[in-house]
Formats: sequence, structure tokens, C-alpha cells
Amino acid sequence: MGKSLFEKVWDAHVVHTIENGPQILYIDKHLIHEVTSPQAFSEIEKRNLPLFRANQIVATADHNVPTENQHLPIKEALSRKQVETLTENCDKFGVTLYGLGHPYQGIVHVIGPELGITQPGMTIVCGDSHTSTHGAFGTIAFGIGTSQVAQVFASQCLLLDKPKKMRITVSGKLKNGVQPKDVILYIIAKLGTNSGTGYFVEFAGEVFENMSMEGRMTVCNMSIEMGARGGMIAPDETTFEYVKGREFAPKGEELAAKIAYWKTLKTDTDTIFDKEYQFDGADIAPMITYGTNPGMGIKITEKIPNLQDESFDKALAYMGLKKDTSLLGLLVNYVFIGSCTNSRIEDFRVAAAFIKGRKKADNVNALIVPGSQQIAKRIKEEGIQDIFEAAGFEIRQAGCSACLGMNEDKIPAGEYCVSTSNRNFEGRQGPGARTFLASPLVAAITAIEGKIVDVQQYMN
Amino acid sequence: MDKFITLSSKAVPLPNQNVDTDQIIPARFLKATDRLGFGDNLFRDWRYNSDQSPNKSFVLNNPNYTGKILVAGENFGCGSSREHAAWALFDYGFRVVVSSFFADIFKGNALNNGLLPITVPEVFLKKLLQTVTSYPDTLVTVNLLEQTLSYGNDSITFDINPYNKTCLINGYDDIDFLVSKKNEIIAFEKNRPAVEK
Repeated sequence: MGKSLFEKVWDAHVVHTIENGPQILYIDKHLIHEVTSPQAFSEIEKRNLPLFRANQIVATADHNVPTENQHLPIKEALSRKQVETLTENCDKFGVTLYGLGHPYQGIVHVIGPELGITQPGMTIVCGDSHTSTHGAFGTIAFGIGTSQVAQVFASQCLLLDKPKKMRITVSGKLKNGVQPKDVILYIIAKLGTNSGTGYFVEFAGEVFENMSMEGRMTVCNMSIEMGARGGMIAPDETTFEYVKGREFAPKGEELAAKIAYWKTLKTDTDTIFDKEYQFDGADIAPMITYGTNPGMGIKITEKIPNLQDESFDKALAYMGLKKDTSLLGLLVNYVFIGSCTNSRIEDFRVAAAFIKGRKKADNVNALIVPGSQQIAKRIKEEGIQDIFEAAGFEIRQAGCSACLGMNEDKIPAGEYCVSTSNRNFEGRQGPGARTFLASPLVAAITAIEGKIVDVQQYMN
Repeated sequence: MDKFITLSSKAVPLPNQNVDTDQIIPARFLKATDRLGFGDNLFRDWRYNSDQSPNKSFVLNNPNYTGKILVAGENFGCGSSREHAAWALFDYGFRVVVSSFFADIFKGNALNNGLLPITVPEVFLKKLLQTVTSYPDTLVTVNLLEQTLSYGNDSITFDINPYNKTCLINGYDDIDFLVSKKNEIIAFEKNRPAVEK
């Protein structure tokens, strides 16, 4: 039986197998940030252990940072202390840090690929569930808890049970106006939020083959929202072209040798998966969520389903919505384009292409938060910033921003927000905030209209 | 890590499905740089009203329901990888969470902190939820050595991998084990083909 992409990469990293138990998996790159690392640094200090491979760790500050006036000290004391603790720890242990003010600073899952740190065939971990993003490169990448951050600090390894393997194939072509975000929201709506638990998912088929790297990152980013530890897409020419020339990417002969290896990582044709799903790209339409988990999604023109279930009722009550009704026409006062799911240059290009020459609706507060300092710079250089500003959008500095209700950027209680982020959990964007997950295009259109509308009407 | 061998306790029912780690502990309470005190904010936005008064209808504010065992609906601990969720449950006093399904990362985090996640069949969970809801004084007993969970006349065996079981019973954690494999890890690094590095 052949091997899958996932198995090829996994097996190349197994250091040791415990009989009837987990395996020791070697980790190539460890990304850290201010929120889930301090207790891990304390743990290894307490045990008097050195960092096993400090040069394989890269740090940035993203979750708990303001997105305005980043040159000034952080106002809120606890947040300031957390960010300062990261700086102190990185200094003390010799870890590369792209902190606030550094030209490479940004959301950890945006800067890894952008700097060429993320490469095919690697294992990458981070104390953040959206580490699955890096799977777009044919990388085994997944989120870990803080105890595991300490384990990687101490040994550059983790003890893990090998996940089962699932393949999701989407064939055919996507309709005009259907974005990578719609593809993954569609898949999660079809399969459910726990369908991937215990699995590593490979996304395969024409739709992903034709997708840009940034689109693939959006898809893999949300594989955790179906419960999967991670998602992967086989590396191909699109991947190699993206990696080439980036700051920390291999160069010259080394690159040629690596590409030859990366080409071998495709799933063998006779591989048998533990679970397989198939979809037709033509069936996918612009999506939106209506509930309090990412699986509660519909095509934007569909009605909210009529289910009899206590948790479902609780979700709709929180959202202030009714069964069997349409979202079309619903007034929305907040729009957020950002997060590790959709804060890359292509996301802003798509939004700007629609917004150009239009103005945001008066009722809407529209927030644009680039995923990194480098993207912020490009937005300016490409004239996208001017388009957003002319339309009345507010542009901020790089960070996780209003995705998670941790830093200063929050959505007020009871307000609706169309958001390009990844989670619509109760209170995720702030206590009482009500989140609709959607693509950057749907978000841009909502900002202009001030309400949820059928996107397709603009697509002709 | 604290050892876990057996426990008999009353149980707290939380039948909601898909309880995500943002509900267990909202992100705005993740600003600490140590592991202490997260229990105060466990289920913060369900436990307290927006004026910070206790929400009387939430189970943790009902004096009838106490104990070290949380019995929760399907897909408990989904979402964010924050280990603070496991810390908050442990700090509040829980030592066992029972559900029909756990999210992967939460399960690992719980095991790394001496909080035992027990997966039971859906039918068993439903009955257990009904029983502890109707009879809050029901004593639930967990025996890790025998891998059993029992209450009243009902009992079930649960799965746990032998490695995790040994760690919990002895209070070992993965760091000790991984550090003991240092030479093997160094040998692995040396022997890797250059293209795989």
C-alpha cells in the first residue's frame, strides 16, 4: 500500500516509537508568541533545562498587542507585562524575536510563510491551534498546548499518537465570487465541527491545485475548525514558486535539491485513507455562518436550518436569529477584515477591487488589519490603502486584532460583525459580540451595503 | 504533575455540546504569565452576567451541584489550543471530565495537567447526565487502575493509552521522558538526509 503525503512527512520525523504508546516526533520549527509561551519558559527554568535548539525557534508578538500606536508602550498593564516577558525570555534564551516595531513582526501564521521559514516537508508547531495554516506547504503543522511548548523547548520533540488520515477532494472549478474561505466554510458546514477529530486531513483535487498559496493557507488554517489537528496540500510548482527567494528559504543548489525532495511528497496513487470525502467545486457558493460554531454555515442566500436541538436553540438565541429565516437584509454595524485566516495581500486586493470607487455604509465600522508589517507596507505601495481610506475604512497595524477578544480590538455586546476570522464562538470577538464568518469579498460587500446581501448579484 | 489513581465525587452536569475553550476561559483572561488563579474565570461569561453578578441559572452557581467531576456534552474542549482551559478546570477543582467526545488538543492538555478526560459512549453519557442532574448527590467513582467509571448500579470501562495511564498514576510528565531520550534525538538529527533538514 502506498503512503500519503502526511505519512511521508510524519515517518521522516519519527525518532522513537514506544511499544503500544505514542511516538517521539522531531519538530523542525517552533513558532512562539507572547500568550502561550511564558509558562513554558518558566517550566524549563524551574527544571534547570536549557533550550535544546534555540535556533529552531522564532518568536513574534501578535495576540495581545494593540493595533494602533505600536511605537508607544502598551497601555494595559497585564498585556504590557506579557509582551515584555516574551522579550525578556527571548533575550535570556537566545531566541530570534520579531517583536513590535520590527519590520518582520506580524501574526505568527502570516510571517512564517512570508519569511520562507515555512517550507514543504517540515514539522512545525506553535502554541496556537491555527498552526494548521502552514500545512498549505505540505508541512505537518499543528497547534500545541503550553506543556508541549515546554517539551519542544526541552527536546525539540513531542510525544504523539499518530493521527488517522483523511482526504477531502474538491474537483471541478469554483464559480465566480467563490473564495477559498467559502470552500473551507462549505466543507465544515457539510462535515461538522468534530468530523476531523483524530485525523490529519489532506485537501486534494483540482480546486486546491488551482488555488494560490494564500488561498491554500486560508483552507488549511480552518482545518482545526472541523476538529482536525491539521490540514495539508501536496507541494507543487505553485508552492515552490512561492517559497523561492524568500528571506529564509534555501537558495541555489540547496534549493534545487530540496525541490527534488519536495516533489516526492505527493500521496501515492494506491494509498488507502481511513476516511475520504468528495465534493464538486461547482456546488460551492459564497458562504456565511449564522451560529456559534464554524460548522453552522449556509450559502448566503439559504435560510437558517430548522433543527430541533437544545444547543442549536441556544446558539440562535445568542445570535438573536430565528430558524427558517434568511440573513439577507440583516443590518450589520461591524466589518473586520484580518486574522491569520484572511489578512494576506490577496485578501486585501480582493476587497479593494470591489470597494474601489465606493463608500462604506454610514452604519458600518470597517476595520482592516494587515497580518504583518510587510503586508501593511505592500498595501501602501500598491495603493490599496488609499482605496480603503477613501471608502471610509480604518486601517490598523499588524496583529490578531478583533479575531479573539483579547487585545483592545473588540466588537461591542449585541452587535453583529461580518468577520474574515475563523471562529464565531460566543464572546469570541468580545463579550456578547455576534460573529458572522465570511470571505473578504463578502465582508467588503457587507461594509458597502451596511447589511448582508446576495454576493452573486455583483458577479456579472 | 499530581498523581491520579482513584476518585469518588459528586458530579456537575453540563449537557451543552461543542463547549469550546473560549467558553471555558475567554481570551481576555489569558494575560497572566503564570499558571495560577485561572479557576476564578472558568466559564466566565456563562457564570456571570454582564454586570458581573452571578448568573443563577448556570450550573456552577447552583449550590446543589458540586464535585470534582464535570460531565459534559459531546465535543468538549474544541477550538483554541489554550492550555489555560485545562488549568482553569483544574484550578477550579475538577479532576475528571467525562464526555462522549473530546477535541484532540484539549485532551492532550488535560492529560499533561493531571486532569483525566474520560470518553464514554453517547448512550452512557445521556444516562449519566440525566442521573446527576436529577440526583445531584449521586456519587461517581473513577478508578484509573481498573479503567472504570461507576455510579449507582451502572459501570463502564474506558480506554486510555498505557503510556498516559502510567504517567497519571505516577505523576510523571512528558518532559522527563523526552529529556531522557536526548542521545537518541541527537543521533536522529545527525543521521537525517540533508534534504529533509
